[in-house]
Amino acid sequence: MNIEIRGISKRFGPVQANQDIDLDIRAGEVLGLLGENGAGKSTLMNVLSGLYRPDSGDIIIDGTAVSFDGPGDSIAAGIGMVHQHFMLVPVFSVVENVILGVEPTGAADYLDLDAARAQVQQINDSYGMEVPSDALIEDLPVGIQQRVEILKVLFRSADVLILDEPTAVLTPQEVEAFFGIVRALRDAGKAIVFITHKLHEILEIADRVSVLRQGRIVGNGVPSEFSEADLAEMMVGRPVSFSVGREAATPGQPVLELADVSLLDAGLEARLQSISMTVRAGEIVGVAGVQGNGQTELVEAITGLASVNAGRVTFNGIDITATSVRQRHRMGIAHIPEDRLKSGMVAGFTVAENMVLNRYYDERVARGVVIDWSRAEEQAAAACLKFDVRTPSVFLGAGSLSGGNQQKMVVARELERDVRLVVASQPTRGVDVGSIEFIHQQLMACRDAGNAVLIISSELDEILDLSDRIYVMFEGRVTAEFDNQDSCADRNAIGLAMAGVNRTEAA
Amino acid sequence: MTRAPSDTAPDAAPDAAPDTAPDTDSRLRALLAPTIATRGDLREVVLIPLLAVFLALVIGALIMMATSVAPATILKSFVAMADGSLGSMNAISETLTASIPLVMAGLGIGLAFRAGLFNIGAEGQMVVGGLATAIAAFSFTGLPMILHLPLALLIGMSVGAVYAAIAGVLRATTGAHEVISTIMLNLISFRLLDYLLRQPYIQKEGRADPISRAVLETAELPRLLTFLDPNLRLHLGLFIMLAAVAIVWWLLFRSKLGFAFRISGENPGAARYAGIRAGLTVVLAMAIAGALAGLAGATQVSGVLGRATPGFTAGIGFDAIAVALLGRSHPVGILLAGLLFGALEAGGRQMQVDAGVSIDMISIIQALIIIFVAAPLLIKRLFPPLFRNRVTAGGGHE
Repeated sequence: MNIEIRGISKRFGPVQANQDIDLDIRAGEVLGLLGENGAGKSTLMNVLSGLYRPDSGDIIIDGTAVSFDGPGDSIAAGIGMVHQHFMLVPVFSVVENVILGVEPTGAADYLDLDAARAQVQQINDSYGMEVPSDALIEDLPVGIQQRVEILKVLFRSADVLILDEPTAVLTPQEVEAFFGIVRALRDAGKAIVFITHKLHEILEIADRVSVLRQGRIVGNGVPSEFSEADLAEMMVGRPVSFSVGREAATPGQPVLELADVSLLDAGLEARLQSISMTVRAGEIVGVAGVQGNGQTELVEAITGLASVNAGRVTFNGIDITATSVRQRHRMGIAHIPEDRLKSGMVAGFTVAENMVLNRYYDERVARGVVIDWSRAEEQAAAACLKFDVRTPSVFLGAGSLSGGNQQKMVVARELERDVRLVVASQPTRGVDVGSIEFIHQQLMACRDAGNAVLIISSELDEILDLSDRIYVMFEGRVTAEFDNQDSCADRNAIGLAMAGVNRTEAA
Repeated sequence: MTRAPSDTAPDAAPDAAPDTAPDTDSRLRALLAPTIATRGDLREVVLIPLLAVFLALVIGALIMMATSVAPATILKSFVAMADGSLGSMNAISETLTASIPLVMAGLGIGLAFRAGLFNIGAEGQMVVGGLATAIAAFSFTGLPMILHLPLALLIGMSVGAVYAAIAGVLRATTGAHEVISTIMLNLISFRLLDYLLRQPYIQKEGRADPISRAVLETAELPRLLTFLDPNLRLHLGLFIMLAAVAIVWWLLFRSKLGFAFRISGENPGAARYAGIRAGLTVVLAMAIAGALAGLAGATQVSGVLGRATPGFTAGIGFDAIAVALLGRSHPVGILLAGLLFGALEAGGRQMQVDAGVSIDMISIIQALIIIFVAAPLLIKRLFPPLFRNRVTAGGGHE
């Protein structure tokens, strides 16, 4: 099945999300769709999957113009979308999830699970997906859950698969396996749209690439004709420096030390097990690992959001194991939280209010029991300029800023004051390339100023780019440590440690 | 390799900063300049409640028509409603008097709501606060008014605060949801009132029915307009209400505590991140909400009723939930909503007298207003021209 997209435009208020987009999706081909957050990729794919109706333009499937009145039409036409965030029922089995909504039924509405299982198994086998069809979703690793999402669209007889940032949640090894499946699908004649902002993935998997910027297609071609630098320039609209230009670190005294820290969750399940790590002044330490292996709890233990069940946390030689969040903040621990919308900011508040979210009580803005808002606003404006937060006004609701500017706002709040330790969790998640560059520079500047920086990220590239030393976490333990002084750390070895392979050797 | 010509096309980025930046000073000034960015919001804040009231009145008229009330009577009833709420000095006095407890209890509910708490217990807090004020108001004899009146009101406030704080403490320590616990505390307060009103010290001497002794003159809120007409009931509580509006506004939007409340209400994750102690915040917000509701009960006893009787709160604490919702939990909004509900209350009584339409119609109209306010999309669909051109900021856009 081939799809021609011709002249699609879509506008939301003042924002032209898509403008005159032409795109060809062909059977037996992987089309890489590259673009920053906000470039219009999701809008375009939502048009294709029937969620949005374009303002103008045509979608032509195998020579016939179609118009979709809703996602149902698009699915019926053979277009399947695999979203970045999985839509699975955790307590259902794989088969139950796959058939949900299109259950094969017999007489008297009898649910024919056996028939379904056979059909799922057959799809499973033909693309080498190796998904256990009777396992419960909640027992499966993320990489396999993603395959269940693919099974879902294949079960609905999709010929065109749209994969939205599919590798965001995978380890390097899982990515390899995933690419194997993508190739198998392609070779079986499926058309694949692979949406990503990771350049090397485009170069590896795509047969053709289209680059979106500010709602327009700014380049088409065969990946082998491009270098990463070319693609990045097209995507961002200006030359981008990839390496942050990291000079050798000159680590000083230990600033943060964790000694045998363990933490149990509410169900008394161990989330951190005897974690020991050190972050010294003037170095960036990275924590690599697949999401959900204790990184969140590690950050909570360091920032005081969770109290540890055993072990000791020391900051500049002072035991802070029992110190409150606020006290730790005042001692000079900055925290860039992993999910800005969930905890880093209040979308309904103004930029100025967000800039003092966790220091509204300090002597710089508070007078007695009152917040001096005019001072807070002046400080917010200064921080916006210093940290390149692009907003027309500090009185604007923070929710209406772009993801990159929201994140820069959080970074500005955390770094504009005098800090000794920066705990940055997923500092550039869902952020455009320009902002990533800026945030990385700020973290690097923070290190060069002699502060300790701890970066927790599921983007291995980010860890490798920035860190002087790398810890790998797996199932709540530190399973490996790598020196990365001159970017010498072995990517493959880190990947294996992330998958827990050398865990038994390390133990 | 092909590159689309759009590389040279003008930049369409909505948030692209100018490359040629003006000097830092003027950029700072631009960031701090008053903005009209909230104009879209303003339209929602003002227009939706107004249209909700309008629609509710229309449906009220339709209901009357459906129950074969003559059109002339319907017209008469609306005229009576306007007359009874605004048509005379007495009408205005009645409107304001009715709105005093509604606004104060509404402020408490709105404040708790800002902190993320659904305080259904204003009625119960009014009961215990009002009863405590009544007891204080007949117990302390020989005090001058300047001491007795504030003391009686303060006691009502404190008892309301403590009563509401029970729900806060339960929430903070055991996770018991405040909706459930405040409803139960309401039930307890009703029966407690009935029980206590029959106790020898409280019950009026020589009476068999549950009724408290009368408030002493030194603890009565003075009436304000008796120089015009001795029957005008508007009392000093009006100024207490206005002060409460100002204080709650200050608390929410100027004080550290209010900021902590608002963070907790808007994003509990961010509150935790900011080191705000969730348990303490819940207890404090409930206590302040209870103090305001308690004060509503206290002014009602001391300014209007002069004693406590079974059911003396008359559902005001429940109507105040509607007032807080209609006022969007903003002190000024609550003031306006309270005045509207006070007007409906006063006008409804006149409607019953003049047109013979049951005062139940007022309750129906009030409920309809709330339904429309709670469903802004419905109003937007019904009056699309008024809401056009509104920028759906980021809506649906990636």
